[in-house]
Amino acid sequence: MKYLEEFQDPELAKRLLDDIHATTTQPWAMMEVCGGQTHSIIRHGLDQLLPDGIELIHGPGCPVCVTPLEVIDKALEIASRPGVIFCSFGDMLRVPGSDRDLFRVKSAGGDVRVVYSPMDALAIAQKHPDRQVVFFGIGFETTAPPNAMTVYQARKLGIDNFSLLVSHVRVPPAIEAIMTSPVCRVQAFLAAGHVCTVMGTSEYPALAERFEVPIVVTGFEPLDILEGIRRAVHQLEEGRHEVENAYPRVVCDDGNPIAIEMLEDVFEVVDRSWRGIGMIPQSGWRLSERYRPWDAEARFEVGDIRTQESSICRSGEVLQGLIKPHECAAFGRECTPRTPLGATMVSSEGACAAYYLYRRLQVPPPSERVPVGAGAKDEAR
Amino acid sequence: MCLAVPGEITEIWDDEGTPMGRVSFGNVTKDVCLAYVPDIQVGEYTIVHVGFALQRLDEKSALETLAIFRQMGELDAEFGDQWGRAAEQAGMPRPDVMGGMS
Repeated sequence: MKYLEEFQDPELAKRLLDDIHATTTQPWAMMEVCGGQTHSIIRHGLDQLLPDGIELIHGPGCPVCVTPLEVIDKALEIASRPGVIFCSFGDMLRVPGSDRDLFRVKSAGGDVRVVYSPMDALAIAQKHPDRQVVFFGIGFETTAPPNAMTVYQARKLGIDNFSLLVSHVRVPPAIEAIMTSPVCRVQAFLAAGHVCTVMGTSEYPALAERFEVPIVVTGFEPLDILEGIRRAVHQLEEGRHEVENAYPRVVCDDGNPIAIEMLEDVFEVVDRSWRGIGMIPQSGWRLSERYRPWDAEARFEVGDIRTQESSICRSGEVLQGLIKPHECAAFGRECTPRTPLGATMVSSEGACAAYYLYRRLQVPPPSERVPVGAGAKDEAR
Repeated sequence: MCLAVPGEITEIWDDEGTPMGRVSFGNVTKDVCLAYVPDIQVGEYTIVHVGFALQRLDEKSALETLAIFRQMGELDAEFGDQWGRAAEQAGMPRPDVMGGMS
């Protein structure tokens, strides 16, 4: 964007930006949690409209990006089995596993199908009772209730040829992990609006209090993001650390109680690994005991697949906000959307893909960047 | 994928005990599960994520957001041709047209 007239409401955009500029007296670093927000920020150049000292650190909230390599490899193994119909959101097709992706499994003859809704996968299972139908259930709290509904319905309707490969993650434990990291620079959070549409805001006051960090629930449109930033700047300048809802048109404090009840029935909290980041305690969900018979990992006995992540790809540091995508020496060189080393280069919500799409012409040539293997990670140790 | 798109409920029915509805997003309509907003009515607006209504929304906000999404091409990303996009990104032939079904 970079030009005010490109905003839906240029007058309002100008007022918000003027307020941010007038309020800011010192540098602040804030993290937008959600990859959808990162995409919007980079696409519209919002970060370039802010006062020099205001830094936006891109967070780990891209579900495709943080799904562990190991889980991708399990998906690829299941999808390759004869008789299996493997259903997934389209975003997962090109996420690299250890040696291939779902796109290539399909090219090699596997029956991989893209669905719009997880319920479409359940309908495919009803239509093909002689086949095993698996849905790849990834995502944050926003996507978990839709995915939960599939096994709830499968149990209710007795659909036994359906199963769910679960890799769900939760935002609040990730915020805790970021704030307790010794290299944390985050002073405020723009929380992910649609996560809060489901979960409400009740998990955040304790975090804001404990880490003395403002948390502003923020939407995804350019004006929403500016408003989130504006409120965070006000809190920081005034020394407050509160939970604020800057996205009230779809977020209420209680979230969606029916969806939360479903989550509590279908899932239970577990430790989860995040791709590039590692294990975060209590940061994910798996199927609760009642729904375990619909767990694809157990049904296809892929529980002991273990894989190591690429040492070249620095997406973990990108996801933790330790480096910007173009600071990785592989960016735009070995790693492009066509030949992605990490999931952050594939997903439209991945920071690397956003920088590649909208910023690569502004990035210095690889020779002027930090060589592979050096950089923030090593300095941090 | 994390996008939640506003749309208008144009029809509601019951599918084996699950409330379902048809939602219009302007040029696109989708069948959507209403189990998480069971009291929503025809003519109301909701935000929809992967085929599920997650919360109601007032008409003015819904139409503004839809206009922005349309302008930014986000609706194509959400509802468009996923295999085609993946094939283009990979620089490989589409694997889904030789007898695949989706």
